[in-house]
Amino acid sequence: MINNSGNNMNEQKEKNEVILFLGCPEVPVQMGISLYLSYILVKKGYSVTVAANPSVIKLARVSDPERHYMGRMIDLDHCIGDLAEKKISFDTAIAFAHNDAGITYATTIRYLHASRLILVIIGRNAEDLKKLVDFQCEMVVEKTVHNPVELKKKLDEVFL
Amino acid sequence: MTCVEDLDKEVILQGSSFKESREYVEAGFTEIYYVDPGFRLFEKHIIGIPPIAIGMDHDFIVFPFTKPCYGTFLLKVEDAEEAKRLRSLKLNTKKGR
Repeated sequence: MINNSGNNMNEQKEKNEVILFLGCPEVPVQMGISLYLSYILVKKGYSVTVAANPSVIKLARVSDPERHYMGRMIDLDHCIGDLAEKKISFDTAIAFAHNDAGITYATTIRYLHASRLILVIIGRNAEDLKKLVDFQCEMVVEKTVHNPVELKKKLDEVFL
Repeated sequence: MTCVEDLDKEVILQGSSFKESREYVEAGFTEIYYVDPGFRLFEKHIIGIPPIAIGMDHDFIVFPFTKPCYGTFLLKVEDAEEAKRLRSLKLNTKKGR
């Protein structure tokens, strides 16, 4: 659960807190599927926060100007800092990775927080990147850059 | 202390994998400290795959800095105060965790 103030964490916990960690937006399917995921999760009663780098936040603000799909958005590195300092917590993390840096971020998230972690590996090198993962998590792997259909099916199996 | 982006730094590696940055430090430095992800260095929490190798040479600190779009950079920064702080922490000098 997100709690920047560090107070009343139990009182604030009304529903499952999910945080989406979005990295570099150069693989287009990430933006589309994260908008979809945020929509589905909110519809199912989860509280959703998106932690992303500035490029992704700008894309999301333009794509969803009235925040119908993406609600709370926070800076990725700031979020990692808050995790390291135990200022925030959540029930489920969904981290996207399409490059070595994405796996590095996911490893850091795993190390800093003991919640359920779902790692979504996408992009042309998805299968190779999967081999770099040596920490405990659930993985959804789809070798896609643009087409969200098969990835959506796999994520629906997790959340629907 | 300033944040990493504002530091006067030399970029030793750029766009590398995290593993490559660790191997570079281990091959090129005799004074190495291993830290965990989230370790605070230059007012920034390090992103990385443990064990994260930090190389030291007098007042120079060599450390990985990962950006989502650009991969991992290996940066070299001269900072006597931060070098002194790191040495005072008695960090792990062995790779095993």
